[in-house]
Amino acid sequence: MEVDSATVRRIAHLARIKITKAEEKSLENELSGIFEWVKQLDEVDVTDVEPMTSAVQMTLRLRPDKVTDGEKADEVTANAPLKEDGFFVVPKVVE
Amino acid sequence: MSDLTKLTIAQARTALAAKEFSAQELTQAFIDAIAAGNEKLNAYVLPTPELALEQARQSDKRLAAGKAGDLEGIPLGIKDLFCTKGVRTTACSKILAEFVPPYESTVTQNLWDQGAVLLGKLNNDEFAMGSSNETSAYGPVVNPWRRAGDDQTDLVPGGSSGGSAASVAAELCLGATATDTGGSIRQPAALTGTVGIKPTYGRCSRWGTVAFASSLDQAGPLTKTVRDNAILLKAMASFDPKDSTSVDVPVPDYEAAIGKSIKGLTVGVPKEYRIEGMPKEIEALWSQGIEWMKDAGAKIKDVSLPHTKYALPAYYIVAPAECSSNLARYDGIRYGLRVPGEDITALYENTRAAGFGEEVKRRILIGTYVLSAGYYDAYYLKAQKVRTLIKRDFDDTFKDVDVLLTPTTPGPAFGIGEVSGDPVQMYLNDIFTVTVNMAGLPAISVPAGLSSQGTPLGLQLIGRAFDEETLFQTAATIESAAGDLARPTPWWRH
Repeated sequence: MEVDSATVRRIAHLARIKITKAEEKSLENELSGIFEWVKQLDEVDVTDVEPMTSAVQMTLRLRPDKVTDGEKADEVTANAPLKEDGFFVVPKVVE
Repeated sequence: MSDLTKLTIAQARTALAAKEFSAQELTQAFIDAIAAGNEKLNAYVLPTPELALEQARQSDKRLAAGKAGDLEGIPLGIKDLFCTKGVRTTACSKILAEFVPPYESTVTQNLWDQGAVLLGKLNNDEFAMGSSNETSAYGPVVNPWRRAGDDQTDLVPGGSSGGSAASVAAELCLGATATDTGGSIRQPAALTGTVGIKPTYGRCSRWGTVAFASSLDQAGPLTKTVRDNAILLKAMASFDPKDSTSVDVPVPDYEAAIGKSIKGLTVGVPKEYRIEGMPKEIEALWSQGIEWMKDAGAKIKDVSLPHTKYALPAYYIVAPAECSSNLARYDGIRYGLRVPGEDITALYENTRAAGFGEEVKRRILIGTYVLSAGYYDAYYLKAQKVRTLIKRDFDDTFKDVDVLLTPTTPGPAFGIGEVSGDPVQMYLNDIFTVTVNMAGLPAISVPAGLSSQGTPLGLQLIGRAFDEETLFQTAATIESAAGDLARPTPWWRH
């Protein structure tokens, strides 16, 4: 197996997705299958090949470092499941 | 009055200008068609009839005042991946719940600026991850096409833009927006007998479009005809300072390319697309396409793109990696679904467990794995190097040819639930389409014939970066050579 159950648990935690025991088992199989299939990339010689960083050759544009938007607390929090006075409400994070 | 839904965008535009009918009458015809047919097809996840009629009223005013835009009064469907101000946008995921964007995507804003009318939001695979529209939180879309002599089996419309393709094929809109990360415009176009282009990366702004894999995502139109496709792409495309990867080149009048002879063009036929086990009817369709090109005076050249077979596995590293990063924003705090937990980590984990569907979770986990410490070089960096080689193949080939001709898909539409169990089997649907996303190039799918089952098949044309005009020119040649293809009978109307 390319990916074992401990690895599935570890990456699920890194990705902050809770998974059940049953999901863990099927993900172990599915992910192993996918990585097994992806292994064919080992055939490709990539010596001295630069990784692609942009689909189209271009230089990223710069703009003046000025505030162009803002003062929209109500709009920003409009879709929040829990909010108060223009703030997001979260469980206690710092003791 | 004859059935207005049967018109093309080009015909409707002419008729509206000639006052043969009003924008409100045209819009009402589509509202009625959606009301009569959407229950069975499930193409729209949110029809917006009141808004559509209000926009049509404004269009009629502008038409009367002689101030019509390029798409004045043209009713369109919008994939639920484009944020529409004040209109629920979900990417067909439970995690976005009842999200109502406080802003408009650049692509849709461009359409409204030209007078287009919003008929509603269209179904898609959850976060555009899928090739059959079966991963949507709103359930699968049904293809308007059925196999000859089989009115029992519901077929998929392809994905991820399944709602867009089905609504165009069933005439529930005049045209639709869509997005393509690995084939999500072209594969559904092929499977529903519609025309779909994925433009060059950077041609349409990504601002306000729900992100899946940012270096691959690109918006484009789905329409009944090549001409309509050119009209709609012209309106969607723009340079947008709000998208740092938007490219500042003028948008040409794509429609002008239609009807131009392809005499003297060199059409490349890449041998690597002749895959093992390719169905005979796909081979035959491809050969037919080559004959059409020759008949129209084009030169045919056999070419080689040696890294083609590595595009799909490399894609399944790059796309999930970018997806895992993009979808980290769905945390249950700022918008959408929130499932409480004992602490903030549990809140994240519970929310994301309940909000994401199976395929999306799978891809987030693949992406998390390939980006995690110790694996980055072996997977992600390697895949990005393979991507360079794929791009180089195309660059070399386009020194000698003007356009490439391939099939769009390895087969016709399959039944809902027929391809399940092994994710890799589903991924193979994108084998011919994913290469251009990896290279950032434009490609169009055009209906070219019917399968032995009586369902549509498409041919794909691939072009140089920012040379969509040659694609429209060549696609129009295929369209006219293929002649009038059959239309599905409207079994979905009640």
